[in-house]
Amino acid sequence: MSIIRAHKLVKKYLRGSEEIMAVNGIDIAIQTGEFIAFIGASGSGKTTLLHMLGCLDNPSAGELYVGGETVYKDNFRLPERKLTHIRRRTFGYIFQKFYLIPTLTVLENILLPHTFTQRRDNRNKVMEVTKLLGLDHRLMHLPKEISGGEMQRVAIARAMINEPKVILADEPTGNLDTKRSEEIAGILTQLNQEKGITIILVTHNPSIAQKAGRIVELRDGQLI
Amino acid sequence: MTNINTIAYKNLRRKKIRSILTLFGIALSTWILVSLFGFNQGYEQSLNKDIDDLGFQILLTAKGCPYEAATLMLQGGAGLRYMPETVLDELAEHPEVQALTPMLMQAAFDPMSGDTGSMIAYTGVDPLTFPGMRAYLKVVQGAWFTDLYADEAVIGYEAAELEQREVGDYLLIPGHEVELKVVAILERAGTQDDGTIFVPYKALQKIFGQEGNITSVGIKVHRDVNVSGYEEKLYQLPDVQVVSMAQVKTTISNLVDTARVMVLSIAVIAVLIAMIGVMNTILMSVLERFPEIGIMKSMGASSGQIFRLIWTETVILCLIGGIVGAILALGLQVVTEGLVRYVLPYSPKGSIIRIDALLALRSIGLIVLIGLISGIYPSFRAARIRPIEAIKSGESEV
Repeated sequence: MSIIRAHKLVKKYLRGSEEIMAVNGIDIAIQTGEFIAFIGASGSGKTTLLHMLGCLDNPSAGELYVGGETVYKDNFRLPERKLTHIRRRTFGYIFQKFYLIPTLTVLENILLPHTFTQRRDNRNKVMEVTKLLGLDHRLMHLPKEISGGEMQRVAIARAMINEPKVILADEPTGNLDTKRSEEIAGILTQLNQEKGITIILVTHNPSIAQKAGRIVELRDGQLI
Repeated sequence: MTNINTIAYKNLRRKKIRSILTLFGIALSTWILVSLFGFNQGYEQSLNKDIDDLGFQILLTAKGCPYEAATLMLQGGAGLRYMPETVLDELAEHPEVQALTPMLMQAAFDPMSGDTGSMIAYTGVDPLTFPGMRAYLKVVQGAWFTDLYADEAVIGYEAAELEQREVGDYLLIPGHEVELKVVAILERAGTQDDGTIFVPYKALQKIFGQEGNITSVGIKVHRDVNVSGYEEKLYQLPDVQVVSMAQVKTTISNLVDTARVMVLSIAVIAVLIAMIGVMNTILMSVLERFPEIGIMKSMGASSGQIFRLIWTETVILCLIGGIVGAILALGLQVVTEGLVRYVLPYSPKGSIIRIDALLALRSIGLIVLIGLISGIYPSFRAARIRPIEAIKSGESEV
């Protein structure tokens, strides 16, 4: 059963007077529990596609369905309030630059999504996630006090805390050395295999992409 | 769960210097605002008390400028227009009158005072009626003169210090070669009386060659008398001017209104500057955190929650700034009062700035309200951020 389905998905934008087709009519279905990696050269449209699939960006044309709900079709666009609801319920995001809040501790950063979803903190869940990611001894530290690898693990924990169905990871190892990159890729694999979380990964790194069950290459906004 | 208030508070600590400077601006405007409100409250109360302390409700003077008469009444200025002393006999027959006190203001130039010399003012009073009306004038040394014709003086606290005189010493009236024996020194009253030299009015008439003349009469009327009605009756007397307590209040208020408008303008400018400061600080903070806000939205923050987060930062700034400003206003009340007295044309005795807890709370409330208004635009900007735009801007390096 597909959790995300896109049909003839298009994203175009203007750069000066020139129209750029970042994503050009992509058809794709992502199954529940799948680990899929988008690879391709810079500017191939993989990150733009990821943003649209994760309901962070609006398509210009085509159709997009998430969890059976129509997000975009024939110029119909789900209102922002409902998109917020889908983001809360379905997705967890991981970015290359971590984007941790520097004034909050590791624990507060991990629990940040609960502030917005107004979920009660589940102590067992927090313990489970932080232990899995090896962060249980760093909870009271500030982001500036931990390493890059640990920061990305905090970002993964933050993405996991709302128990998302899908984790979207945009170049999660882009700022890390080989050892830390392998470590993060291992964690994503573990989350996919043990927790059944659907993983959509964008990467330049072939060895990281190899961890995925399906590798999809993009060129000039199209699947090849 | 980390709540929005905690995130807002911690964010303000991110750029400490900027937050402190903004707080300082808010505190300064609150200080001005609290002091202004305190002034509005305190000045009127003190003015009323000052006028009540005069002991009479009506001052009768020779016809002249009403401002001069008001000054004469409150500050003992040398109003050198005279009326015949016989007016006292006429007034004594009025059934409305409870008590009367004649006064004669005179001044002499003392060439030895200061570098270029100065005028010394003498107030001729009736020892039988005047001390009773100015009940707040307490004798600290000696006793009031009793002989209307004696060359004696009762001197105010500051006058005694300035002239370095004690009871039993003599004071020379320059140009008249008359020596007055100091018979009493008054306790500090915090009024113009502190610098006054009181002399029996009959003696002063003789010294200055003004026999039969006085400059004013203080009239205390019976409690049930309609003062404005009685004023009309007094105007029947030839060549007199009637200055009532109400008139004096109005005259002084008119004079003070100019200063009040000036202070109010400063307060409005200060509050405007603080508002712009708050708006600038919060807007800068929003722009700096553009990607961060986008990430929050991607993890499920609604536009309303982002608006609330940024608005809370504004409230925290204004609340802390407001409290600090109110404490400053309370702590530096004496300094502020000194500054205000300096610019005012007339200041009554007693505290002219009165700050109480309710006033401080109201001012803090007003500052928070102003902060909330100035926080609307930055909060709205933050709430409208689309996650993708923010993430793409990707400035955060954390």
